[in-house]
Amino acid sequence: MTLKLGVPSKGRLMDKTFEWFAEHGVRIARTGSEREYAGSVEGIAGIELVLLSAGEIPRELAAGRIHLGVTGSDLVQERIADWENRVQALEPMGFGFADLIIAVPRCWVDVDTLDDLDAAAAAFRAFHGHRLRIATKYHRLVREFLREAGVADYQLVDSQGATEGTVKNLTAEAIADITSTGETLRANHLKVLSDGLIHRSQATLFKSRTAPCDDACRAIYRALADRLALGN
Amino acid sequence: MTDKADVLAQAERLHAFCRNAGAQPVQTSILQPAETLLDLYGEDIRARAYVTSDPLRGEQMLRPDFTVPVVQMHMDKGGDPARYTYMGEVFRRQERDPNRANEYIQVGYELFGGDDPAAADAEVFALFAEMLSPFGLRAATGDIGVLLAAVEGLSTTDKRKSALKRHIWRPRRFRALLERFGGRMPLPEPRKRLLAKLEKHGVQAVLDDAGPEIGLRSREDVAARLAVLAADSAQPPIAEAEVELLEDILSLRETSPHALAHLRDIAVDLVTITPALDRMQARLDALAGLGVDVDLLDFEASYGRTTMEYYDGFVFGFYAEGRPDLPPVASGGRYDALTRILGRGRAVPAVGGVVRPELVLTLTEEAAR
Repeated sequence: MTLKLGVPSKGRLMDKTFEWFAEHGVRIARTGSEREYAGSVEGIAGIELVLLSAGEIPRELAAGRIHLGVTGSDLVQERIADWENRVQALEPMGFGFADLIIAVPRCWVDVDTLDDLDAAAAAFRAFHGHRLRIATKYHRLVREFLREAGVADYQLVDSQGATEGTVKNLTAEAIADITSTGETLRANHLKVLSDGLIHRSQATLFKSRTAPCDDACRAIYRALADRLALGN
Repeated sequence: MTDKADVLAQAERLHAFCRNAGAQPVQTSILQPAETLLDLYGEDIRARAYVTSDPLRGEQMLRPDFTVPVVQMHMDKGGDPARYTYMGEVFRRQERDPNRANEYIQVGYELFGGDDPAAADAEVFALFAEMLSPFGLRAATGDIGVLLAAVEGLSTTDKRKSALKRHIWRPRRFRALLERFGGRMPLPEPRKRLLAKLEKHGVQAVLDDAGPEIGLRSREDVAARLAVLAADSAQPPIAEAEVELLEDILSLRETSPHALAHLRDIAVDLVTITPALDRMQARLDALAGLGVDVDLLDFEASYGRTTMEYYDGFVFGFYAEGRPDLPPVASGGRYDALTRILGRGRAVPAVGGVVRPELVLTLTEEAAR
């Protein structure tokens, strides 16, 4: 049995992943034509490379169809219910940084904290007749964060892209989205709540807790773990 | 795993028990409009209920409980007083624990109207107590009405009181608010700076300085809250002695007569809770009249604060003490405020409870072994 390693299939995330493994003495390369999704792993025998969209890697890990996978910790926590029991975060990889934050219009001078957001939401609902809308694609993470903080009278509206524009377009009053530099937020007249950091994400090597793994597979995993100095 | 046919047979026995007590059997749809439930419970309900949709009716929820549709039905065409019973599946989405049931049968008993809320509370509790008497369950009780009355009695502004009451069901936020209103937690620095700036330059200047107005929450909304913040900062903190009284109530856990005596002591300094205590007294008398041993009945003032948000008076639950892994076998309470929200202005006193037949079956089988 081989050990299946899922890595992002394109872009900067793929390049950085390949670099990270190369620095640890494991050479990953795409093979075949430029458009063919196939690859090879040199340095340790028995690893099968699976090229996937970063967004699908959490699902494949949770289902146990790959043993290891590289993806953003935000995607794992958002997309896998009870993620701690289904995957294990082996190693943060030091790239792909992005913060999931809550941002509100800069003209809301009265709102700086979650406490303010909650009070503003209550007043907003009383005056406008509906709950204060927060646009996001990270429904689970945002909902759990706001429940922990005891924020009420809000609703989440789905936004799969250009989320910073939803406030100006009157489809939401606030947003929860990932940001790396804050540039887009500023350009759209938004500010981050001072305690509005929901999750600090980065590319992470995850291990599935559910993927079946025989003795041969475990031996390959131990060899890889030694090489990557993972300690377990 | 208990067999569903056995559970349904058990449910039918419990349903018959409720019918024999004078309740009229009712049915509700499994698919409920999501908007009503979302407006009522907030976004959290999405984590606990299944949402589905069709292109015509939009989002629908698989019934997470019967109370809301039964209240709606009663508010539309119910008599006074009215007793209803129902049985059927409820659906609870699970995100954390795969061992918790996502679909189970509930049998319920709801009592609307009447002119003696204490007697109604006692009737519903006693019905479940009798129904479950073979299993020697521990009953827990509480009274959200006492908490609401205690908040009402604080010597502070109505704004602060309504902020506290809004978060009665979110203990952590309630605590944070109480600490701040009580002056135990200093204002955050940015808030202090904002207040100083407001005082120095005025609202208009602060708003002009803040960048372009975008979104539905307008300058007027912001200005209104700034006025609230400025007014609040001029208010003295809630006196330490009053905060301590409230904390004393929140941590109260005693048998009912002792709890009531303790609350009567507190009422000397916090007279607003007296009517709620009179109701509690009347309820205990009514319970005793129905044969409940109130001397041994536990009372926990904070009980029911973290369950579904609609209870605003008497609350209760029945627990199998030997099986801490099981959820409450039965639970219920008073929800007058819910009838006001769903009744579009009209309100009716309402109290009810539900029992889970498969748990009754589990306990029955255990007792037989």
